[in-house]
Amino acid sequence: MSIFLEKRAQSSRLLSALVPLLAIILALLIGAIIIALSGANPWEAYREMFVGAFGSGYALSETMVKTIPLILCSLGVGIAFRATLWNIGAEGQLYMGAFAAGGIALAFPQGQGWWLIPLMVLASLVGGALWGLIPGLLKAKLNVNEIITSLLLNYVAILWFQYWIYGPWKDPLGYGFPYTAPFGEGAWLPTLAGTRIHLGLAFAVLAALFLYFLLKSTRVGYEIRIIGENPQAARYAGMNIPGTILLVFAISGGLAGLAGMGEVSGVIHRLQPAISPGFGYTAIIIAWLARFNPWLTIAVSFLFGGLLVGGYSLRAFGLSESLVLILQGLILFLLLGGDILTRYSLRWKRSRA
Amino acid sequence: MTWDVVLATLAAAIKAGTPILYATLGEILAERTGILNLGLEGMMLIGALTGFLICSMSNDPWLGVLAAIISGGLLAMIHAFLTITLRAQQVVSGLALTMFGMGLSGFLGKVVIGVPIASYFRPFDFPFLSQIPFLGEVFFHQDALVYISYLLIPILSFWIYRTRPGLHMRAVGENPATADAMGISVAGIRYLYTFLGGCLAGLGGAYLSLAYTPVWLENMVAGRGWIAIALVIFASWDPFKALLGSYLFGLVDAVQFRAQALGLAVPSFFLNMTPYVATILVLVFATRETARRHLGAPAALGLPFAREEKT
Repeated sequence: MSIFLEKRAQSSRLLSALVPLLAIILALLIGAIIIALSGANPWEAYREMFVGAFGSGYALSETMVKTIPLILCSLGVGIAFRATLWNIGAEGQLYMGAFAAGGIALAFPQGQGWWLIPLMVLASLVGGALWGLIPGLLKAKLNVNEIITSLLLNYVAILWFQYWIYGPWKDPLGYGFPYTAPFGEGAWLPTLAGTRIHLGLAFAVLAALFLYFLLKSTRVGYEIRIIGENPQAARYAGMNIPGTILLVFAISGGLAGLAGMGEVSGVIHRLQPAISPGFGYTAIIIAWLARFNPWLTIAVSFLFGGLLVGGYSLRAFGLSESLVLILQGLILFLLLGGDILTRYSLRWKRSRA
Repeated sequence: MTWDVVLATLAAAIKAGTPILYATLGEILAERTGILNLGLEGMMLIGALTGFLICSMSNDPWLGVLAAIISGGLLAMIHAFLTITLRAQQVVSGLALTMFGMGLSGFLGKVVIGVPIASYFRPFDFPFLSQIPFLGEVFFHQDALVYISYLLIPILSFWIYRTRPGLHMRAVGENPATADAMGISVAGIRYLYTFLGGCLAGLGGAYLSLAYTPVWLENMVAGRGWIAIALVIFASWDPFKALLGSYLFGLVDAVQFRAQALGLAVPSFFLNMTPYVATILVLVFATRETARRHLGAPAALGLPFAREEKT
């Protein structure tokens, strides 16, 4: 007996709308089994997570805080996907953006000018873009596999970031703790009254708008889409493929860098060894779930922001927040499998014809 | 630097290279049949944890290694089902596997972080061979898993290039349609080698937790899975070259570790970067070489195969 796939006469509309939802529900069910096996009550754990993420005004605002970097990173990863480029390096690009923005903030501790925040934004865009351009250049000029290079650069970026915090930028008044001095208030992104939701949210929405128009109504966006869908045709049409690859990596890295700026300038207000619980990796799933659509990206990011925030409440429950990573992996698996089943149906066959 | 230090560093390089070697060999098996499995990091982590848990419960490192091999293989089967039966995108499935493995090992391993174990793989002098000057010191004062890896290289090489099943394996990776027409089960072979690849990745992970460290730490694989994926390209899918590449990385690792111990003026952060940076440099070099000498990847790497579709 063997299993094989049979192409559906037409892909099931209903299924393709339901697949992401079903994937999330099934992942939660499998996660429940894992929680139960580890000796905890899955229902209570999930309730804890849900309440922690969406159960109160404070919870919702915290979820929104985590949503901001997720949107920015996912948009970056998504535009690379559009051109069938794999940027697995958003995490490192985020750190490099935070490094660049943090460097500016620390250089002007008394800085109160209107120009300080725009300068930090610019620095983070450039920092992230430059870091993204390394795998981009290697891909465009030498055809080096960008998945591996962008991923390995994450480790390098985080070590680089930590070097500055443990070394030259360590706060002399910090009792030896690995922090930089706090940023001057002029380097803080304004927040919404009473919450930690910062101006980065506006950056994220603007970035979504920017990508939407870039893809929809510019020549460059058209080229990105064609290169992704049909590289052969793009080549025949004489499109500048290496140039587009560089541009995509610069945008992708820049957006992740901006996410890093939002974290240090909007939330943490200084640099510390870890500033991201893996936003750059979660972004890969979000981009895939949202099918690279900028608007869906915002909605899905909110959901995953909730998953992250809910994960923290697991700690109080005696469970590890690694559960969040398990759920993310499961969702991605199920989504992949589900995608296929919208186009094919599974058939069982007794023996080979 | 004295001669003794050089020998000790080289011996340490072998040790540091061994987990990467196992993972690289595993990935070579899978990729030779056309399956790209980017889940190495996750499978190694699960192997490291399972091996550690079973060993600390049974006090038998061999039982731990066996469990690690099985767990790595089982995890790879998720990837196999998704990419072979369901023909899903291999890159995304592999990434999902890495996340899942990281999460699951972190979740289940929380209770044993840093706990010491009584029995693990200790180095011993290999009879007779350890007496050879220089070579004996470097290669034959190691633990059992290192000796097994020495054996595995020629076996795999012989299997891939000189046997009938090896021929079938390469045929499936190069031209699945022809292999299928010859009556070879493309799906069956891909399942088999993806499973075996996972087994070897699990073994590589167990080497870290049962011989190299030997302790369980969250995310202790620290990118070695990705380094192995890069090394597959460097090795142009050949077991002997995989050995060379892995030991080269072992050497980078051993030298940076020793430099730190000796209190070199370079900050440890920069020394810790060297394996990752070196991998990228090697990958650039290897990509140019394979392009120049037409050593390309298995032609069907990353592509799903479907016989039914004749449209």
